[in-house]
Amino acid sequence: MACIEARGLRKAYGATVALDGVDLRVGEGRILGIMGPNGAGKTTALNAILGLIPFEGELRVLGLDPWAERDRLMQEVAFMSDVAVLPRWMRVSQALDYVDGVHPRFDRAKAEGFLERTGIGRASRVRELSKGMVAQLHLALVMAIDARLLVLDEPTLGLDLLYRKRFYDALLNDYFDRSRTIVVTTHQVEEIQDVLTDLAFIDRGRIVLECSMDEYEARWLEVMARPGAVEAARALGPVHERQSLGRSILLFDGADRREVSALGEVRTPGIADLFVAVVGDGAGQPRGAAR
Amino acid sequence: MSPAPVVLPGEPAVEVPEAAPAAARATRPLYWSVRRELWENRSVHLAPLAVAVFLAVALAVHGATMPSHLPGMLGTDPAQPGSASALYRGMAVLMMAIAFVTGAVYCMDALGGERRDRSILFWKSLPVSDHATVLAKAAVPLVVLPLVTLAALVALHLVLFLLSSAVLPAQGRSVAALWGELHLLSLWPTLAYALAAAALWHAPIYAFLLLVSGWARRTAALWALLPVLALGVLEKLTMDTLHLAAWVTHALIGWYGAAFAPYARERTPFHPLTPLTPGSFLATPWLWIGLALAVAFVLMAARLRRYRAPG
Repeated sequence: MACIEARGLRKAYGATVALDGVDLRVGEGRILGIMGPNGAGKTTALNAILGLIPFEGELRVLGLDPWAERDRLMQEVAFMSDVAVLPRWMRVSQALDYVDGVHPRFDRAKAEGFLERTGIGRASRVRELSKGMVAQLHLALVMAIDARLLVLDEPTLGLDLLYRKRFYDALLNDYFDRSRTIVVTTHQVEEIQDVLTDLAFIDRGRIVLECSMDEYEARWLEVMARPGAVEAARALGPVHERQSLGRSILLFDGADRREVSALGEVRTPGIADLFVAVVGDGAGQPRGAAR
Repeated sequence: MSPAPVVLPGEPAVEVPEAAPAAARATRPLYWSVRRELWENRSVHLAPLAVAVFLAVALAVHGATMPSHLPGMLGTDPAQPGSASALYRGMAVLMMAIAFVTGAVYCMDALGGERRDRSILFWKSLPVSDHATVLAKAAVPLVVLPLVTLAALVALHLVLFLLSSAVLPAQGRSVAALWGELHLLSLWPTLAYALAAAALWHAPIYAFLLLVSGWARRTAALWALLPVLALGVLEKLTMDTLHLAAWVTHALIGWYGAAFAPYARERTPFHPLTPLTPGSFLATPWLWIGLALAVAFVLMAARLRRYRAPG
């Protein structure tokens, strides 16, 4: 059974179309990264998956209809949006008490174990903690929930590099175990390129690219063409070309690696470069604003 | 599948426990949702307690600085039997008014606050239904505040009585006579009954304010009060009547007339000789229409919380 299965998922706010027929399938045990320009529909898609908004089309999450069966779904799903959502008045001990009191799959000892390593005091209020500490607190709460699906919406927004790295390290080492599924959106795509198993680009309410990272590496390649070989490289039909330090960098979809490597240095493109190539310059133009 | 013993070289045998089927631990979403409200809104218990402490201190200071006022204030005048309890009962009226205001203020921000600070995204990430959340919020003015008020009143009355017992013997008056006059042991159940009646009577007001706080993006208080005020002014200007004003007054204080029979010598409510009339209170159509409205408002507030996109 797929963890998430969407067909023709659509959501409009008045005349604004936020999701315009999204088809998406996420298998169990995958880590899917969703990239998209601001207002592309990422948050709307996550809100639909989490049963936070009604939608048109077909959507099953863990075999449930997220809107109609939200109360059941939330026992098996954990989610975390950017760090600003933990109530500022709450004490760390109260957060532990509350989640322990309402969540049947919360392991309090585990959460306290994670907190042990951070030096966050039980009596502290959220407003007294730094952004990085709030993120660690939230992550400790979320990781102690034995959820089958974890949804992260810009979880590291506003955190410095060290905290971001620590965040994903903890997620991978202490949480992910191949039976869980993780869906994450972020703008810091390069940092999680190695973490992901799958990738989807969303633009103007549509999925414009969906592939596994194995496919990604087999399919896309980038060549920094030698000065004399640029024309030959262009003849092979690159999907995108850009200039860097006076050299042309051409991006190919499904090109023959041996053929291309004769023209210059070949490598797998970064997600950000591919994103620019696929989503292109029209990205973020308002056909459908977010929310 | 039986647990397989795993033996690693150089290590003792380790029993790998079978993956336990995620046993559904018993949870109490409603209870913890109420706890959450009390953590966040400490005014709910601090306001009644602060007023009670203030009253006790004010009376003590007054008695200490102006001892000549003491007999009159404590009402132990043999010429006016029954007046001793007027002070105690007056405090009950004041504390109930404070409880109502506290509850109304709480409700006006109860559903707007979590949206404004975006913590709704945290609350909604947990398996607590919108109905449980809104019900917990409604329970604060309907259950928690009356209980806190009653406790504060009993404590205040006891403090006041102890104060009197310290002063009265010096003036040659009997503490036992004061105790006999106060009827505290029947006043307290009467106050419990009054608090329950008022909570039920005010339920539609609290529920309406909850609904408005869930609906209005900001300034819920204005959205709740201005239309009523405007309609009242309009009625006065166009028809020169005050039906709406009378209606609002009835919604605020009508419960007393319904829950207690009138008593001729009563100047302060809850006089010991005032008969309780729970039967006729429960037979008042206004009460049941109000409760039906309250249920409808709470359901609408829950629906609004569910349908509105968070953040």
